[in-house]
Amino acid sequence: MELQKYNIFFLYQETFALTKRLFIQLKRRPSTLFAGILQPIIWLFLFGALFTNAPKNFLPGVDSYGSFLGAGLIVFTAFSGALNSGLPLMFDREFGFLNRLLVAPLTSRLSIVLSSFIYITILSLVQSIVIMIMTFLLGYGLPDLLGLGIVFLTLILLVLFVTSISLSLAFVLPGHIELIALIFVINLPLLFSSTALAPISFMPNWLGWIASVNPLTLAIEPIRVAYSSNIDLNLIALEAPYGDLTCKNCISSLFLLTILSLIIIRPLLNKKLN
Amino acid sequence: MHHIEIRSLSKSFRNVIALDGLNIKIGKGSLFGLLGPNGAGKTTLLKILATLINPDNGEIYINNINLRKDPRTIRELIGYVAQDIALDKVLTGRELLDFQADLYHMNKIKKYERIDSLINQLEMNDWIDRKCGTYSGGMKRRIDLAAGLLHIPQILILDEPTVGLDIESREIIWKLMTNLRNQGMTIILSSHYLDEIDKLADCVAIINNGKVIDQGSPTDLKNKLGGDRISLKVREFSNNEESETIKEILSKIDGISQIVVNISQGYSLNFIADREKDLLNKLKVELAFAKFEIFSLTQSQPSLDDVYLQATGNTLQDAEIFMTGKRDFRKESKESMR
Repeated sequence: MELQKYNIFFLYQETFALTKRLFIQLKRRPSTLFAGILQPIIWLFLFGALFTNAPKNFLPGVDSYGSFLGAGLIVFTAFSGALNSGLPLMFDREFGFLNRLLVAPLTSRLSIVLSSFIYITILSLVQSIVIMIMTFLLGYGLPDLLGLGIVFLTLILLVLFVTSISLSLAFVLPGHIELIALIFVINLPLLFSSTALAPISFMPNWLGWIASVNPLTLAIEPIRVAYSSNIDLNLIALEAPYGDLTCKNCISSLFLLTILSLIIIRPLLNKKLN
Repeated sequence: MHHIEIRSLSKSFRNVIALDGLNIKIGKGSLFGLLGPNGAGKTTLLKILATLINPDNGEIYINNINLRKDPRTIRELIGYVAQDIALDKVLTGRELLDFQADLYHMNKIKKYERIDSLINQLEMNDWIDRKCGTYSGGMKRRIDLAAGLLHIPQILILDEPTVGLDIESREIIWKLMTNLRNQGMTIILSSHYLDEIDKLADCVAIINNGKVIDQGSPTDLKNKLGGDRISLKVREFSNNEESETIKEILSKIDGISQIVVNISQGYSLNFIADREKDLLNKLKVELAFAKFEIFSLTQSQPSLDDVYLQATGNTLQDAEIFMTGKRDFRKESKESMR
């Protein structure tokens, strides 16, 4: 029992140290934080302006394109941050700093991964909150407390899901060039094949299918519900080609995807870390 | 009792044999030197000892604990200073040590005391609060060494710690190693600097192609050669035929032994001459009789390089140049990544 107590404390100590290091890096090199905030804001202005003269109510359930776009940009901000989460680990691998961690008697080497999860979740939430404040200042509203809960839950699930993929790529790929190239390939196509910029009803059938299984869509739609005046978890959030999905269905699917990804990457991490 | 026992250790990377049935015993509180050219297998051995890579075969016992079965306990016992210094450029030296101490689960009071003590010992006061990215090679090595010593390990593993360092940093590290050994810490030091090993090590293993070719104290290894080292040339650049003829002449002289033809030094002949006998005059007479003139002849006390030359037929420097040309460092770097 005493030993177990020590192990938990040691796990906390090492995870805290690893997370603190990532935050010190962020504090001294804040460009990623600012870029992660700036990019969606620019998108919000430019894309919002693009449809200024579109007919009123051309989008279902929202007054303006800006209100529609807001949810997509909040999700995209969290998604981009999480997708890049493997980079620090990849640099540690390449420059040999990971060996410094592996030589230490860590209670669990999973603390290396855990610290990345904690760091990227906090970073993504902070960036998303700034975007939410910006959309609020632009007059696109703010969710109530329940809505905020839905937004944060959805974002945390998405961040966990994408971070687990990014971290495993950081172990599998040979170097940071390959990882950055893959991030470039994944990033925008996933955005454009989601409901971030347009609803499924605007899309051709094949793209509708892709969009309806896209994890970004599963995160965007509950957030749109969270921004609506009447929050009902059983309300239809997504009219997918294979059937309607409620807000609850979207969050559950995202939850399952996250659990599944964590289960899948576990053996890989064990192999690489032990 | 041996502190570390390495039994029949083997490791291959694809088709390259890095370690080939290595057997080494290291006593508690000794400074054990690993001498060999680049690519001899020293770093692979040290990485296995640091639990960074697994051997293909063989066992390692540290304090009678099997390294393969209980690597975590071993990690608590060792401090590892790698050949390539990996620092976080953004952290200051003090932050790096603080970070490292947390990975070793040190408590706060002990941690700060230890960090201050190491800063003083390694004379890092003036620059410890600067970011690691601004450090010179010597500073980086000292902070890396401090990180390895932070948790007061029983065994310190140093992989070529003084390569490319300035004299001041080298002296500080040598002094520290001697002090630590005197305090009872077991130190394993890999180097291809002969003077470093000769000066510091109590015991040395000479490694070549993944095998231990000789082992003992530097003095014993040199004494085993049994006389003075002579290097002879009959012309600046000789040839195989000529050197073989001279070798035959030399082999007939009583008191000359261990004759090696060193091809890379223009087919010079290296041999051991018995100190008790007046062999040089006899040698001159025999060579003159065979119509050879002496171009150069040097006589010296045997060094560890002579021990290496005797065992392999090459000087350490020649082996170094040969191996450097043969190795693919980019490929090795990729392979060593987790």
